[in-house]
Amino acid sequence: MPTFTDMTRCDGCGECVDICPSDIMHIDPVYRRSYNIEPNFCWECYSCVKACPHHAIDVRGYADFAPLGHKVRVLREPEKGAVSWKIRYRDGRVKEFVFPMRTTPWGSIKAAQDYPPPDPSALNSQLLSHEPEALHIPALPTIQGA
Amino acid sequence: MARQTRFVDSDILIVGGGMAGCGAAYESRYWGRDLRIVLVEKANVERSGAVAQGLSAINCYMGMRWNENQPEDFVRYTRGDLMGLVREDLVYDIARHVDSTVHKFEEWGLPILKNPNGRYMREGKWQIMIHGESYKPLVAEAARKSVTEHYNRIMVTHLLMDAKRPNRIAGAIGFNVRNGDFYVFRAKAVIVSAGGASHIYRARAIGEGMGRTWYAPWSSASAYGLVIPTGAVMTQMENRIVLTRFKDGYGPVGAWFLLLKSHATNAAGENYEKTRYPEIKERVGRYVDIVPMPTCLRNHAMLEEIKAGKGPIYMHTQHVLDTKEKEELGWEDFLDMTIGQAVVWASQNIDPKERPSELITSEPYVMGSHATCSGAWASGPEDCAPSEYQWGYNRMTTVEGLFGAGDTIGGSAHKFSAGSFTEGRIAGKAAVRFVLDRKGESPEIDDDHVASLRQAVYKPLETYRVYRNEFVAGTVSPSFITPLQGLQRLEKLMDEYVGGFSMFYVTNENLLNRGLELLAMLQEDFERIGAEDLHQLQRAWELQHRILTSEAVARHTLYRKETRWPGYYYRGDYPKLDDKEWHCFTGSQYDAKTRQWRMSKLPVHRIVPGFEPLET
Repeated sequence: MPTFTDMTRCDGCGECVDICPSDIMHIDPVYRRSYNIEPNFCWECYSCVKACPHHAIDVRGYADFAPLGHKVRVLREPEKGAVSWKIRYRDGRVKEFVFPMRTTPWGSIKAAQDYPPPDPSALNSQLLSHEPEALHIPALPTIQGA
Repeated sequence: MARQTRFVDSDILIVGGGMAGCGAAYESRYWGRDLRIVLVEKANVERSGAVAQGLSAINCYMGMRWNENQPEDFVRYTRGDLMGLVREDLVYDIARHVDSTVHKFEEWGLPILKNPNGRYMREGKWQIMIHGESYKPLVAEAARKSVTEHYNRIMVTHLLMDAKRPNRIAGAIGFNVRNGDFYVFRAKAVIVSAGGASHIYRARAIGEGMGRTWYAPWSSASAYGLVIPTGAVMTQMENRIVLTRFKDGYGPVGAWFLLLKSHATNAAGENYEKTRYPEIKERVGRYVDIVPMPTCLRNHAMLEEIKAGKGPIYMHTQHVLDTKEKEELGWEDFLDMTIGQAVVWASQNIDPKERPSELITSEPYVMGSHATCSGAWASGPEDCAPSEYQWGYNRMTTVEGLFGAGDTIGGSAHKFSAGSFTEGRIAGKAAVRFVLDRKGESPEIDDDHVASLRQAVYKPLETYRVYRNEFVAGTVSPSFITPLQGLQRLEKLMDEYVGGFSMFYVTNENLLNRGLELLAMLQEDFERIGAEDLHQLQRAWELQHRILTSEAVARHTLYRKETRWPGYYYRGDYPKLDDKEWHCFTGSQYDAKTRQWRMSKLPVHRIVPGFEPLET
């Protein structure tokens, strides 16, 4: 279901251009608003829909197999750690869902260099960072090769 | 247009910022505190790679802390699923580390569903359920913070070899998709963690829907297209995967089969896997009795059923969504990772609570991370890899200093997201060791070679600029083809000659040889690709990576004279599994100068006992 951009809501900020994994959301040089330049390379991943601060991007199911009249809308609220969905069927039925997406504050992850440096001799061991503690078993398993 | 050339020096260069690349970024910094670590990505690390959209499950988790599974169990499972052929050392290595990866994800903030007893909720024996909408942004946060620099929107087109030592990696080149600048990355070690291949076979969806492939359309085979020209040994490139999924939307079926206990039947309601058992046994002997039945064989049963006119094949979702919790679980399974399936249901008025949904087999894909194991032949872990699988550094290819992870590394199936991140960690640590062992050693770049590559990289823009003036408007040129036209030619020929869905995945020696002829012409025509802007230039180089990968697939398919994985593909001229000749890995080595491929058989060693080939 390729994306399309609402003419009145888009202000050309480029958030969708910045995030699109397929590099298909571009700014139209005449209208100064975004549009999907290659619907046939759209994976309907909704990255742009979720990133748009003006809710200006929507999707319409791929023409080759999705009949018209449906809507799958999303509201992603990172600060609440939740993503909400509203699905409207072609025949008018509606389903709504809310799912969690993160349990910690954004930006709270410790970088690898924020931990004390490992003992240099461990570089030649099979242990990876935070092991064996992070495995929650006493020792890293090993096996004799053939 | 004045394009700058920018030089970026690093100790470790990571190409591709998906799950594997993020794992490599984190781990290489953990062990290499003073090293310059650079991550380069063609999109935006925040939402890139196969997990860009999110995931609803982690498919590789042992649960060793609860004694749920041991790494040996996982080796038994993957080798059974791949009909005996996996690198057990690599599989074991991922299995023993993957739990620490998943525990770290949870600590970082990934919501994992739990049972009342506090254990992770299992979808199946190896899978756990997650609320994974933000899986990739979360992992990207850890990676971005750990590297020295990361570059978004740079399409890496080629790896660079050392000027003096032909089998030593020295870096990579690429271009900025936004401003066209040329980048020369000089590095002591390179980890390729780029994506596997969608869109090398014609997709079932057409026109606007062409992007609705099962694997992401941006998985453009760079995992192989970058590595093959270095002359690194590749393995199991014939082992493409075909997925049984919900029709058109390609929504996942795992949670429906395993967790919700739904089942599939033909249109008459019959269990076709059971009725087709004798026929499959005739083909593959006791491999049919492996539990669970190998993925390819389940595909095979379904394909035979469809060919016999007994479709559509249905997943009976309507029998299992009897509570609100189960309904939410079923929908989240799609909304977290395959939103398009929700659109298919909404648009076609299918409520899974009320009626079954059609299943179908997808077009083939080439990957190293799912129920398949194409990729580079890599050195294994020092403590448990047999000597023939070891040449110094874990996950190093046969090219010195060139490491891989995720889709790039062959022989090691069922990594999925957490296993790919884990393999990135393994490669990251090994690359640090490699660099520290060679203190003071700096690879040399051949400036003339880089200059000629620079010209080649931008040539499609020049071709378009010149020949665009020959005709009034439109896309029909007598002098060039567009990247999309080239891609469609590739998909059609792979489909028709190398076992795509329209041929029911069947090929043979004659078809393959003809396919290789047409591929060679497409490779020649790549010299005449016309790109009207930088975005199309990205598409052009993605196509180049796909063409090279496709040739590897065709060569390996031609070499293996048996049908090892019915349901993934069939050699019509060798319809049976032949353990006597082919209980081995296939290997290839490409010479970029002569364009010749050298094929070989590579040995299968067991480190977990209990699997005997058939005595055919």
